[in-house]
This record gives sequence, C-alpha cells and structure tokens, in this order.
Amino acid sequence: MKSYHEINEKIKNGEAVVVTAEEVAAMAKIASPEEIAEKVDVVTTATFGAMCSSGAFINFGHADPQIRMEKIRLNGVPAYEGLAAVDTYLGATAVHPDNPIYGGAHVIEDLINGKDVVLEAWGKGTDCYPRKHIKTVINKESINEMFMFNPRNAYQNYNVAVNSTSSTKYTYMGTLLPNLRNATYSTSGELSPLLNDPEFRTIGIGTRIFIGGTTGYVVWPGTQFNTSKPKNELGIPVSNAGTLAVIGNMKEMSSEFIRAAYYEKYGVSMFIGIGIPIPILDADMARRVSVNNSQIETSVLDYGTVGTPKLGQVTYEQLRSGTIKVNGTKVRTAPVASLSKARKIAEILKKQIENGEFLLQQPVQLFPENTSLNSLKETDTNSKGGAL
Amino acid sequence: MRMVKRRYVLKFPPKSGDKPLSYILVKDYDIRINILKAEVVPGRRGNLLLELQGRQSNITKGIEYLKEHQVECSPLDKTITLEQDKCINCGNCSAVCFAGALTMHPETWELQFDKSKCIVCELCLKACPLNLFEIDFHDDAE
Repeated sequence: MKSYHEINEKIKNGEAVVVTAEEVAAMAKIASPEEIAEKVDVVTTATFGAMCSSGAFINFGHADPQIRMEKIRLNGVPAYEGLAAVDTYLGATAVHPDNPIYGGAHVIEDLINGKDVVLEAWGKGTDCYPRKHIKTVINKESINEMFMFNPRNAYQNYNVAVNSTSSTKYTYMGTLLPNLRNATYSTSGELSPLLNDPEFRTIGIGTRIFIGGTTGYVVWPGTQFNTSKPKNELGIPVSNAGTLAVIGNMKEMSSEFIRAAYYEKYGVSMFIGIGIPIPILDADMARRVSVNNSQIETSVLDYGTVGTPKLGQVTYEQLRSGTIKVNGTKVRTAPVASLSKARKIAEILKKQIENGEFLLQQPVQLFPENTSLNSLKETDTNSKGGAL
Repeated sequence: MRMVKRRYVLKFPPKSGDKPLSYILVKDYDIRINILKAEVVPGRRGNLLLELQGRQSNITKGIEYLKEHQVECSPLDKTITLEQDKCINCGNCSAVCFAGALTMHPETWELQFDKSKCIVCELCLKACPLNLFEIDFHDDAE
C-alpha cells in the first residue's frame, strides 16, 4: 500500500518510478500485480481524439463606453450571449452560418495560436451599459481569461463504427463506406485513461491532468457518465461508459494538442489531448493498469441503421491488426484518433512527473457509483399548461 | 527502348462492350494493363482508370486505337498532395483509402503516404478532418 503523500514525496525527490500504460502492459506479461505495485509508483495514460462536447469560457474585458453583449460573434461564429456583460462560452461545435466548415473549434485554435480574432457584439443599450454595438479585434493577450471547460471528454471506451447499408455514411467516426467496407475506432486502447482505472478509484473530482499542453483538472463526472454499461470479466465496459468534465487554462495550451476538425456532412469538432497519471496505490491498481489490448473489448455498431444495432464485439488487439470479422466477413479497420499523439502525451507526462514538475492530486470527491442515462422523452407540451 | 508507365482515364460509350479492347492493347500493342479503378453505370457508360506500361510509341498508338473506337482517353493529370507537417496521424484518411496509398504504420501509428499507389479517387479530401489534402493539377502525372 502506498499513499498519495508517499508517491508525491518520491516525485519531489526525483525517485518516483513512472511508466506509461503501454509499458506496464508489457511488464505485466512477466511480472505479477504485486511485483508491479512494488516497483512502479505512477502509470501515465493518454488519449488524443475528437471530443465534441468541448468549449471555452472567455472574458473580453469592458470597452468604453460599456456594452452588455446580448449577441456575440467571434470570426462570425456565434458564442453564447447569456452570461453577464462581457463573458461568453464558445462551443467547439458552433459554426459560422455562411461557412459551415469553420466553427468554434477553429476560433479556439486561432486564439491558442495567438491569432487576432474579430469580435462583434450587439446589445439593446441599458442605463448602465449604454452601448449597442462593438466590432473590434481580440487575441489571447488582449482578453482577460480564457479557459477551456469541456463537459464531456475522454470517453471510457468507444464503439467501433461500421455501415451495413448500400450508401456511404458521413459521421463523426469518419467516412463509413457501404456494405461493411471499413470499420473505424477511436480509443487509445491500453493507453486510454479511463480503461486503466475502470472503477474510478483514482480519477475523480480534483484529479490533476495534462490537457491541451498544460496542466488542468477533472472537475466533475462528464455528461452522459454511465456506470451501468455491460462490462467484461475484468470489469472493463465493452462500450462507451464513463466520461470526464475537465478544465484548463487555454492561454497556456498549444495547438500541438488542441486541433480543430471538420467532418464532412457532420460538422465541426475538436481534437483534444488529455493525459492522466494513475498512482499505483496497491496491487489492485497495478492489476487495473496492466490490461493490454487483447483484454479490452468494444462493441461494433452499425451507424448506417437507425438505432445503431450492435453487430459484434472485438478486442483492441483485433482492431489494431488491421481487420476484424463482422457478420462473418473480414472488414478493414482504421483508427480515427491519434495513437501517436496519445503516446507523445503519455511520455511528456512521464517526464514531467520524473522531473518533479507534476504532482499527483488525490480526488477531493470520487464519482458516483451507480449511474445510468435517461433518454429524452417526447411529452405532449399542451398538457403541461401554465409556464409554457 | 525504355518502358514507361502512364495513367489514363478511359470513358466507354454504352455500345463498346462488344469489342475486346483491352485484349487488343495487350496483344497488338504489347501494353501491360493495370486496372486501378472501374465504374460501370449499366446501359449508360463505364469509366476505367488504367495504368499502362509499355513503350511510349506503343502506348500512343494504343490510345489512338481506343479513340478510333469512341473511347474517350484522357491522361490522369492530377495527383493528391498532403500537408504532412500539419497531420495529427488520426487515421481518418486511411479508413477510406482502398488503393493502400494511405496507411498507418503498424508500430509508430503515423500516417504513411505512398503516392505511387494513389489512384486519385479523392475520398481522402473529404475524409481528412483537418482538410490537409489537395488536388494538384498538372500536365503529366508520373
């Protein structure tokens, strides 16, 4: 048994033994969980994929005379106007109405890169905020705060997408060719954060993480956080289950780890790099982080059919081999998230911890244990009366 | 004489199916044919992307022969370019590349682009979420 305090003392003294989740998966082929727990202090995990539920809070500062911004555009992309006078939330998937391949994620990437962005805002004019219109240029130096706050990132596992129909489907899982001619998958497998701590023993509210090139935090279970999905015999969910809400200072981020994306006939999204260190508190945690791609399974879903029926279940080892079998036929596989970037993040985090630059933060509160999802029910609005 | 490789897009009219055109290219003009892409719309027309290998003089004569038989022949005058330095190696393009030109390295998981295998199907242009592929038009695509 090791405590967070003991591990952090080792990190401060430059004595911590840190390995990546891929390295520990290889170690586990010759070492027991007890031996790994004895030897290893921290395992770094990482992912770099498109995460649509992302965005940024921005405070522009007040102009003279002041304006209460009630309609806001950043490079033409709509940003949320319902937050005080000069605060906004810019969603990654918001799009420019006349140029739908440019959206909130692109504005975020431009801001991170220090580029100038055109801010245009309108207000009705009030006694305390008399101005009705402003058009100016902002950048990351000119504005007060910009911090990324992503309600749902780092999905614990994700489905494999195929298309059994006779027409091409354009999805957030990439271009799905007809008649099961390709299959796409989007998780870094044995390197993925929440697959290495499937029951959230160490990842919770307050966990310090790598996000977009800087240090950030887990602030809440992410939206659609679901612990009720079917699990395999190792307790690992076999489809998308847990998620994280995360935060980080966007002024310190780098476009090496935050990239805007546009998916044909789908829309704008954003690639986000997240790395999470997992403390090896005991043999149980060592056993959790030791999982390899042959032990992690996920569901193959037909994205061409309404309701996305499940067509099978495969391991990440099979997905990485280049082909899987679906309905008895061989289907070519391809990733849609960057494993090479995820590996880079896991290595950076490893170096930061080894150098004493990154200490582990014990969660101030663990996530709820029994959660499931509601679907949106369609109710007769007339029967609800009054308020509507 | 030197052997050359040339790529042509052939458009067949509806009634060309009764002539053994490819056989004649091989037999009479000593051209090796590699079919890179084929599309047939029944009753209307067929399109073929061919790589022809042989002597330049024979390829020229073979193309003339095809034209005499109402087959439209145009040299493939475009290639696909990739801004590799901006690539994040996500793999989206490799999902649609059936020619095997865009593949993920099985160990580094970085994108590899083998231009010699590219048949300019253009699926990667729309599949890349970072819009890093472009069509490069030029006179003589090798």
